[in-house]
Formats: sequence, structure tokens, C-alpha cells
Amino acid sequence: MLITQLSIFLENKKGRFTEVAKILGGAGINMTAFTVAENSDFGILRLIVSDPEKAKDVLREYRYAVSATDVVCVQSPNKPGALAAIMSILTDEDIFIEYMYAFSTNGRALIIIRPDDLAKTVKVLSDNKVELLAADELFCL
Amino acid sequence: MIWNETIECMERESMRKLQSIRLKKTVERVYRNCEPYRKRMQEHGVSPVDIQSIDDIVKLPFTSKKDLRDYYPFGLLSSPMSEIVRLHASSGTTGKPIVVGYTRNDLDIWNEVGARCFTAFGLGQQDVVQVSYGYGLFTGGLGAHGAVETIGGTVIPMSSGNTEKQIMLMHDFGAVGLACTPSYALYLADAMRDSNIPREEFKLKVGAFGAEPWTEEMRKEIEAKLGIKAYDIYGLTEIIGPGVGYECEYQHGTHLCEDHFYPEIVNPETGEPVVPGEMGELVFSTLTKDGMPLLRFRTRDLTYLNYETCACGRTSVRMGRILGRCDDMLIIRGVNVFPSQVESVICEMPELEPHYFIAVDRVNNLDTFEVQVEVKEDFYTDEVNKLLDLRKRILHRMQSVIGLSPDIKLVEPRSIERSQGKAKRVNDKRKFK
Repeated sequence: MLITQLSIFLENKKGRFTEVAKILGGAGINMTAFTVAENSDFGILRLIVSDPEKAKDVLREYRYAVSATDVVCVQSPNKPGALAAIMSILTDEDIFIEYMYAFSTNGRALIIIRPDDLAKTVKVLSDNKVELLAADELFCL
Repeated sequence: MIWNETIECMERESMRKLQSIRLKKTVERVYRNCEPYRKRMQEHGVSPVDIQSIDDIVKLPFTSKKDLRDYYPFGLLSSPMSEIVRLHASSGTTGKPIVVGYTRNDLDIWNEVGARCFTAFGLGQQDVVQVSYGYGLFTGGLGAHGAVETIGGTVIPMSSGNTEKQIMLMHDFGAVGLACTPSYALYLADAMRDSNIPREEFKLKVGAFGAEPWTEEMRKEIEAKLGIKAYDIYGLTEIIGPGVGYECEYQHGTHLCEDHFYPEIVNPETGEPVVPGEMGELVFSTLTKDGMPLLRFRTRDLTYLNYETCACGRTSVRMGRILGRCDDMLIIRGVNVFPSQVESVICEMPELEPHYFIAVDRVNNLDTFEVQVEVKEDFYTDEVNKLLDLRKRILHRMQSVIGLSPDIKLVEPRSIERSQGKAKRVNDKRKFK
């Protein structure tokens, strides 16, 4: 139920993300979701891609600093209150969220979460019948 | 191993006598043969008869880098051109280069002192040494080349550049020694890793690094990355090139070949000699050169001298690390900053690559001071906070070492230029005047 997310260190300079997108596109790698955490002079680009191993290798060839992090992807109905319900479960179990990002498509919403305790998160969410997506499912959307 | 035990382990008193005789001869020579020196001495009210011992050296006027530029190209020669067999010149980043003429005898001296260095590094007849200093006007290449030939080793005259071939020949020819600048050594270390040839297939054991200042931390980095023992070889174009000094196996300072090049330390502001052991500007007088002898040449390098006998048995004076250059000193917000201080902080932090770039500018009448550093690949993390925390720790170290707070900028891996010659690590964009 864990999904490999790639994190890439980028300087805040014009064209950096363009280059990453070109490299991945050239290697035939598809992106499903991404987010950028930035501060004044650098950013960390977090990516969910079709082939993380290959993406990592190809980016390293271009001398990017790439690290892999496990995250979970939660599926929920795209309607008011759905996110609050899921978040409450985590909060009640004392799980801290380092960061998260989300996207919605048609009737459903997908939320990528990086909690402080992955194993516990997976267990708690499964116990509460929250649907977690596996990596391959994410790419069949 | 010691190349010339008679000289390198000579009693201090005998050394002083030798230096006295040689200084007297050199002063007579330049006074007779070199008009600018004669005039300078006359203006200073000193003549060769005033120089009876090495202690009298303080009576002589200084020679500066500017003098070498003013008398460009051949004004300071003390030999006729018919006796000059080779010319070298410094890189000359500003205006005209500095030119040095060597007689046959000068080249012999150079080979002799070079041989002392490479012998002290443990190299000898059996060893193949790759010389990856630039060959040409720069003294590095040909200086190291002559030294290796003199000890009977085998030279690979690679020069710098062409990195893939460097690695291939280092491997195929079984180079045991490598002579180049320390920053190029790090560059080659990266190239060696990228070559995917296993380290155990290389015979490399020893490095002779010089021509630019480097720190103890950089030495550790080179030794770890290349898997060798790294020695300092010291030299200046104006004096002779690499071979003015070297480290022995104890690496407690750089032994100077003081029978040929007499060192003094003076206060850079007043020119007065400092108390022995104190830091100041290094000054050299050549004692045996014919072509272009220099008296009291101010190197602008800051260091100190140690006259104690070394554990290796050599009695020759040892110079501490070059702590900076009078000329490299940046005055930022009124504080004296040496790039070597920045480097020492960066090299002591395991998370950082030993490369940096300093950018100084003035915006709205305020000095800006930015230090760019690369985080080692293993230390990049997904978490912004950890990187920000690292940045904060670098800043604190900089503050305590320099007394100023630079803007620390984390940049992408390998985005700071790796130099193939002397590293350019500072860009001061401020316009004064």
C-alpha cells in the first residue's frame, strides 16, 4: 500500500522544472502527481511517477539529487466532509502529517500523505475502511 | 626517505653560515648585474659591504610583485640572455604576467629541490608519477616533471585536462604518484568514480599537491576520495616554482629548502620582522639563483615559521599552512575575511562537498556576502526543515569563524565549477572608486 515518491532538490532558478519535465518525458516516464515545497532559494519537487526506479536513475545521470520516500495514497469521495473524516481518524490516533497534497478527478479525490508513522497510518486507515491505492492502481486512473 | 641528508639535516649554525656566504654572493651579483636592484639599494643607503651575515638581510629593501611587473619582461635579470635557457610566467590574471628567466644552473637547483620533495613523499626510482599540472608557462608541470626525472622515477607528462584519458593512463600505466592542484585532484576523484574502474585496479598511493592554498580538511577529503596519502608541495613562480618546500611523512608543516630560498616573516603593514613563530607575511630571498635572483620578495602569503627539529630528522625550518593571502583578503562590512576561513568551515562539515563559491556585491551601499555550497548527495533529504537546519548550522559556524553572517545558499550537486587549474572561488562585484 506504500507508494514511492521521488524528491528532487532544485535551486530556485528559471527553467529547472522545465528541464526535469523534459528529462522524464524523454525517458517515457509519466507523472501522476507532484508538488513543490519551496523557500527563498531552493525547492523540493515531490513526484509520483510511473517508474520511480528508472526516473531516479535517469535524473541522477543528469546530476540531480534525488531521494525516494514512501507515502500513502488515500482515495475518498469527492464531496464535502470526506477529507475531514479521514483527517479526524489520523488525528485521533495521534498521527502527525509531515506534508500532503491532493487532486480530484470526477467523483473521487486522491490524497497523498506523508505521515510520521507510515505503518501505523496504513493500519489505522485500513481498520477504518479507508481505501488506500497501490502504485499500479494509481496509474490506471 | 631523505634526498640530501647533508643539507636537509644540517646543524642550524652551519646552515646560517652557508646562508650568510650565499646571501653575500647573491647581493654582490644583483648589485653588479641588475640596475634596478643597484639603484634601489643605493636609494636605501645599503651596499654589498653592509651584508656580512644572514642577519644583515633586514638592511635590504623589499621586492614586490609590482616590481616584477614594472620591469617586465627582463628588467630584473642578473644574467645575460645568452645564459637564460628557459622562461616561465605566472598566470597573470591582472595585466602583464610575471616572467622568470632560468639559467642552466637555476634549473639544476630546481631539480635538486624538487627531488627533495618527491623523495620526502616516499617516491623513488621504481615509481611512475603522473604529472597533471599544466605544462607550459606555468611552473607546475615542468617543475614536477624535472623533479620526478631527477629522482629517477618515470614521468607521465599528462598536463591538465582530458580527464578521461587521465584516468585511463593512470590505470593502464600504473601511476603510483599524482602531481596536480588539490582542486584538480578532487575533480579527478569524481572522474575516477565515474569511470567505474574498481579502485583496487589503480596503483595510486601518493599525491603531491600544490599551486593553490588548501586546508587540512581538504586533504582528508582528497585522501578519502582518492584513497591515497596527500602531501603539500609548495612553490612560487617568482622564486622557482614547485620545490620551495614540502611536507615530510609527519606532515607537521612544510620544510623549506632554506639553503636556496631564505624565508622571513614580516608584519604585512610595517615590513618589520615579527617575533619568531608569529604569523605574518612570508618573504623569500633566493640565495643561489643566477638568472633572476630576488631579494626579500614579499609573497603576500600569510603564515608562520617553526625552527624546531622535526621528528623526521630534518633540521630545516618548517612553514605552517598558508593561512591566506594578503591580496585575497576581502573586507566585507569592515571585517577582514579570508576565503580559507570559509573553506575550513565547509570542509569540516561532513554534509558538504569541499567546493564553494563566494559572491560579494554592494547593494544600496551595503555589502552582500553569499556563500554557495553543495550538499553531498547522500545528505539531500525530502524534508525542507532538515535542509534549512543544515543551512542554519553552516551559518552559525561561519559566524563564529569569520564574525560575519553570509547568506548560505545550497546549490544543486556539481553545480559549482570544478577547476582544472587554480580554482576561482570568489567573485567580488563591488566597484570601488
